[in-house]
Amino acid sequence: MYTNMKTYLLTLALSTAGLVSFAQANISPAKKQSKTIAVTGATIHVGNGLVIENGTLLFGNGKIISVIADGQVPQDDVMRINASGKHIYPGFIAVTTNLGLTEIEAVKATLDFSEIGDYNSHIRSIVAYNADSKVPATLRSNGILLAQTTPQGGIISGSSSLVQLDAWNWEDAAIKIDDAMHMSWPTTPRFRGFARSQTSAETLAERTQATINQLTSFFAEAKAYAEMGKPEVINTRFEAMKPVFTGKEKLFIAADKQKDIVAAVNFAKKFSITPVITGADEAYLTIPFLKENNITVVVKQPHALPDNNDDDVNMPYKNAAVLANAGLNVVLSIDGYWQQRNLPFMAGTVTAWGLDKEKALSTITLNAAKAMGADQTTGSIEAGKDATFFISAGDALDMKTNKVEQAFIQGRAINLDNLHKQLDKKFSDKYAAEKK
Amino acid sequence: MKKTLLAIALVFSATTLFAQQTTYPVNGSFDTRPGMFAFTNATIVVNSSQTLPNATLLVKGQFIQAVGSGLSVPKGYVIIDLKGKFIYPSLIDAFSSYGLPETTVQPRGSRQSVFISTKKGAYGWNEAIRPETYVKNIFSADSKKADELRKAGFGSVNVISRDGIARGISAAVTLNESTDNNLFLKDQTAANYSFNKGTSANDYPTSLMGSIALLRQTYYDSQWYGRQKDEYNISLEEFAKQQTIPQFFEADGWANILRADKIGKEFGKQYIIKSNGEEYQRINEVKATGASLIIPLTFPKAYDVEDPAEARNITLAQMKAWEMAPANAAALEKAGIRFALTAFGLEHSRDFWTNIRLAIENGLTEKQALQSVTEIPAAILGISDKVGSLEKGKIANFLISSDNLFKNGNIIFENWVQGKRFIVNKIDVADLRGIYNLNIDGINPLTLKITGASGGSVAAIERTGIDSVKTTAAFTRNGDWVSISFNLKKSPEGNIRLSGYLTTSSPLLIKGEAAMPDGLSGKFSATYKEAAKETPKKEEPKTSLAMGPLIYPFGAFGNAAIPKQENVLIKNATVWTNEKEGILENADVWLENGKIKAVGKNLAAGNARIIDATGKHVTAGIIDEHSHIAGSGGINEGAQSVSAEVRIADIINSEDVNIYRQLAGGVTTSHILHGSANPIGGQSQLIKLRWGKAPEELKFAGADGFIKFALGENVKQSNFGSGARFPVTRMGVEQTFADEFTRAKEYEKTTAVKGNNVRRDLELDAIVEILKNKRFITCHSYVQSEINMLIHVADSLGFKINTFTHILEGYKVADKMKAHGIAGSTFSDWWAYKNEVAEAIPYNGKIMHNVGITTAFNSDDAEMARHLNQEAGKAVLYGNVPEEDAWKFVTLNPAKMLHIADKVGSLKAGKDADVVIWSADPLSIYAKAEKTFVDGVPYWDIDKDAQLIKSQQTEKARLIQKMLDSKTSGSSTQRPLGNAPRLYNCETLEDYSAELNESEHVH
Repeated sequence: MYTNMKTYLLTLALSTAGLVSFAQANISPAKKQSKTIAVTGATIHVGNGLVIENGTLLFGNGKIISVIADGQVPQDDVMRINASGKHIYPGFIAVTTNLGLTEIEAVKATLDFSEIGDYNSHIRSIVAYNADSKVPATLRSNGILLAQTTPQGGIISGSSSLVQLDAWNWEDAAIKIDDAMHMSWPTTPRFRGFARSQTSAETLAERTQATINQLTSFFAEAKAYAEMGKPEVINTRFEAMKPVFTGKEKLFIAADKQKDIVAAVNFAKKFSITPVITGADEAYLTIPFLKENNITVVVKQPHALPDNNDDDVNMPYKNAAVLANAGLNVVLSIDGYWQQRNLPFMAGTVTAWGLDKEKALSTITLNAAKAMGADQTTGSIEAGKDATFFISAGDALDMKTNKVEQAFIQGRAINLDNLHKQLDKKFSDKYAAEKK
Repeated sequence: MKKTLLAIALVFSATTLFAQQTTYPVNGSFDTRPGMFAFTNATIVVNSSQTLPNATLLVKGQFIQAVGSGLSVPKGYVIIDLKGKFIYPSLIDAFSSYGLPETTVQPRGSRQSVFISTKKGAYGWNEAIRPETYVKNIFSADSKKADELRKAGFGSVNVISRDGIARGISAAVTLNESTDNNLFLKDQTAANYSFNKGTSANDYPTSLMGSIALLRQTYYDSQWYGRQKDEYNISLEEFAKQQTIPQFFEADGWANILRADKIGKEFGKQYIIKSNGEEYQRINEVKATGASLIIPLTFPKAYDVEDPAEARNITLAQMKAWEMAPANAAALEKAGIRFALTAFGLEHSRDFWTNIRLAIENGLTEKQALQSVTEIPAAILGISDKVGSLEKGKIANFLISSDNLFKNGNIIFENWVQGKRFIVNKIDVADLRGIYNLNIDGINPLTLKITGASGGSVAAIERTGIDSVKTTAAFTRNGDWVSISFNLKKSPEGNIRLSGYLTTSSPLLIKGEAAMPDGLSGKFSATYKEAAKETPKKEEPKTSLAMGPLIYPFGAFGNAAIPKQENVLIKNATVWTNEKEGILENADVWLENGKIKAVGKNLAAGNARIIDATGKHVTAGIIDEHSHIAGSGGINEGAQSVSAEVRIADIINSEDVNIYRQLAGGVTTSHILHGSANPIGGQSQLIKLRWGKAPEELKFAGADGFIKFALGENVKQSNFGSGARFPVTRMGVEQTFADEFTRAKEYEKTTAVKGNNVRRDLELDAIVEILKNKRFITCHSYVQSEINMLIHVADSLGFKINTFTHILEGYKVADKMKAHGIAGSTFSDWWAYKNEVAEAIPYNGKIMHNVGITTAFNSDDAEMARHLNQEAGKAVLYGNVPEEDAWKFVTLNPAKMLHIADKVGSLKAGKDADVVIWSADPLSIYAKAEKTFVDGVPYWDIDKDAQLIKSQQTEKARLIQKMLDSKTSGSSTQRPLGNAPRLYNCETLEDYSAELNESEHVH
């Protein structure tokens, strides 16, 4: 009986938190969900390509209990949020980002994402993830609630972890520790350099081949080591490779050029690994191969210039759409960390240039979760998964209408305030006061 | 021992003199010879327009005594019969570094800055200005190099010290072997210049625009030098002295030809310009300079394109340049441009002939070719009285060849320099090619076949019948002597060796000794039987000479015909007027003659093309207040803390593909700024994105001049640079401005009093313009303290700040900016990339706007400029700026701050027809620019773009096939390395000269 239901009207209640002049340091991670909540009347963008109009989302204990269509509302004693006319999205996931591993690009002391050395399979990002960084709060308010915090540099950079963006510390933040090993496929420069190097193209190609040989023997030895059982001497690099061979940890390989993509996939296959290809500028040139091998592609930076002068000027906008429309599992990403607040608009761009809007949404939600092997618990609004989602007044993929009013991470109603809103308020108030 | 012998040899050759006087002592007896030679029965090419058949050339000593048909040869001449052969004037190379020591750039530590000259002596402050260099003082003949050049047919060269921006005086010398004293044709041929600072240890200039500024300043300095008594300066004195002789400028490419010529015109000079062979790309502009050119014959090699994935790296521009470069000379000839050809830059001097013939195949006439290697270089060097044609009294520099010089297969036999014979290929041996009956004592008769180049170089032995045999033979000849060695394998086994000499030449008969494998010897004779049938070399399948069209710009997305201005009526759109009418639904915009004719509802426009824009949005074109596209040779001149003298106007690059890419994002006007490496940067240039037009045509006519200032981490060099240049703190930044403006005021005052006795200072001129409100400041700025500081400096020294650009903490001082009428041009949402943007917020635009500041969003980035409409959309996201106002952030507001709002920035009758048709609300992520008009010209059209991409693919496929054909027919190729796209932003530092030097070494 709907009439008996005890209702709590929380219309925009949480955004009022911004009116209290918090300092960033006072934006606390939200408390654990205590009450079961029903969000009603919203257009639910599930994340798997489906849309539920006038749906009800019921979640408790941090998990989604049910997603109901056609305006049905459960009868239990639940807290109710009226979201009619609004949109619900699964929390957006920023993949391959150095979020939390750096604060200010130009300040060396804040850079914690690139270790020295070429074969750093033992390096793990999770331990350096700074839950107190000022950046995550500026992402949450645009709907980015999860991130794959990822090390960079060298040939094998180390393991990333999936974190949620409202945490006291990194342990708290972790959703999936060591979700993927990241490496960069060795490439030969394509351009006549402006640098001092006068090395011939032939020498450069030889050097690349030598690196690939080294990499191959690293993998071969690591695999043998993994099968050894109890090695005489512990090798931490090889130890860290074990889950990669068992499939417990994914392998992400950065490769942009057509040939490099093919080479990287074939390389991984040799070790019975199905890799995820990141970067993937020229993936559109080798679609049948990628399909045949069931490769997930993380497309980098739709807002990028074409690689070559002669390329279609809009190719970077179109790339993800071309790949997804061909039936590949596509994930969208952007470079950097503070830039991640633009992630939704990348999906919008891909929509403008040829991909269905709900499928574009999947590229920053469910597809990303799948690529990391985290889709059992997150990435879409489906019963049994984490209640990690947000409510926007309008289409969240367009900056004109992206208005995140409430957001939940594992059922916790998070604070959407951030440093930027606070500074805005501080100075807007100052000028308003002076006007009076 | 070897050394001594060599020394003796040289001394000996040096003492073989003609009847002339010398100051040099001789070790031993003088060996003075008459040096009189008569070359008879030759076809003599006197010059490009006169050829004498069956004529005689008389040479006495180093001079030509007579040339003519039917000359009688006086007694005492050595007669050389050249029946069937040709005589040409030896070639002249107007551009060479022959006989000069190699110059190398000394690498130096990265934490070192060199502000003034390290050269000892009373020279100028900057080492790149070295007019005191006289080639005559440093030249010394190089016999190895001379030999190579003579073999290619050259008899004299102009020697240039290719080091520095002002390079001093070149000299013309012959390629004779003699003491240096006897080689000079002219000790001062020209004063030389370039944009390359060469070995100079000074930091300044780092950029192309810096090189230009330094050269301009040097002209003014040398004028001032003559009027002053304060300073003795060898460099300036020399510079002034050199203004009356010919002026040579080494510039690489048509764009630099135009840049050099502009400097020349400013100072009343007509440079003779050495370029790089790509003039065909903008032949009309090159011709308009009126400059004579010196052009190399360096053609790009075909690329290895077998691997399609690798071939993708090669750009259309690279492919087309490969195809069209050999037709450059023909294009210059057709355009009526006077030019000399140089062998400079060729990997091997011998490539000179291959390439000149290729140029002829591609349309260059032989007459022009000959002029360009003889008369024209002689004329521009002022040595026509001595060399360049075969006339009495001129120096005896001439070639003897087997045929027309330009014909394939022609052999240069001899190159005479100053009456001295240099043998290139032996002439005195008969043509031995043919089939001979070979009779050797004790051996059954054989047939000898001699074939090959130079009258026979390959031999084969054959016998038909029962005891048939066929083998090749080792064959060498030395004058009339011939030796042949071969092995018949049986009867006898082992090598038979013949040593013989030419007994008679008609018929050919060779006789001599034969040494048998068993040690016995006998006699042999070879008697000419018939001509050998040379297996005719397969006529090389001529690669098709048909060429693709020239396109503007020369590269991707260029057009053979630049799009034309259209009269267009755009109907039924949502029209964002940016005027008091606001956003009109179902409205029309009429473009005529490059202007907006009308905006309104239900417009009817006679013959205008109608575009149905139902459901679409129409706006004024986007204006980017802060851009660094379309530049070349660096956009920062950061070697000094003030570089107000440099001008982006000098380095506009019309070929930058980013122009096209940004048209695709609806941008029509860009303010191209100097970078932010120093507190007072260079003068900026406003351009319209007229894709395909020449650099000068991109400039926004009648716009006010601006200059870039900068504050903060970049000018302090916090994140790059040597850290040795002042200033390194925000305190020092203040004093840089205070000092500069104080000096500018004093300069203005003294100039008013003393007029032209004051040294004209291009740097201070720009500052004085600011003080007089004739030039306007756009200042790169970040944190509130420095913004406040500059406002104070401006107030106290009496100048105005027009715009703070970037201005990420503008929200903290918006009231002060408002009070001073300063505009703010910021990023929509950038932060955290430097310490000074730790408190940059995306609400900055909103706050400034709400306070009443003219607010814009800019790009500073070639990528972001492609979607400034979306950046404007973020003003809605962050701060709920009304949509109409947000849109003005990227159109009308930047127009206002650039003082061009009377021409662009809104849709209003009479304004320029810079108009964009969008597929959706331009503030939305889903909007695409479908058409972008600049002055009513549809430079971007999303449908035409698709066609262009297709036709580009077809053209590339054709060129790839042509390259594959060319490789099959034996042309050399290169690995496919692409040309990296060049992108600039505020912080880009590059060393223009170092790059030029590098690229020269790579080739």
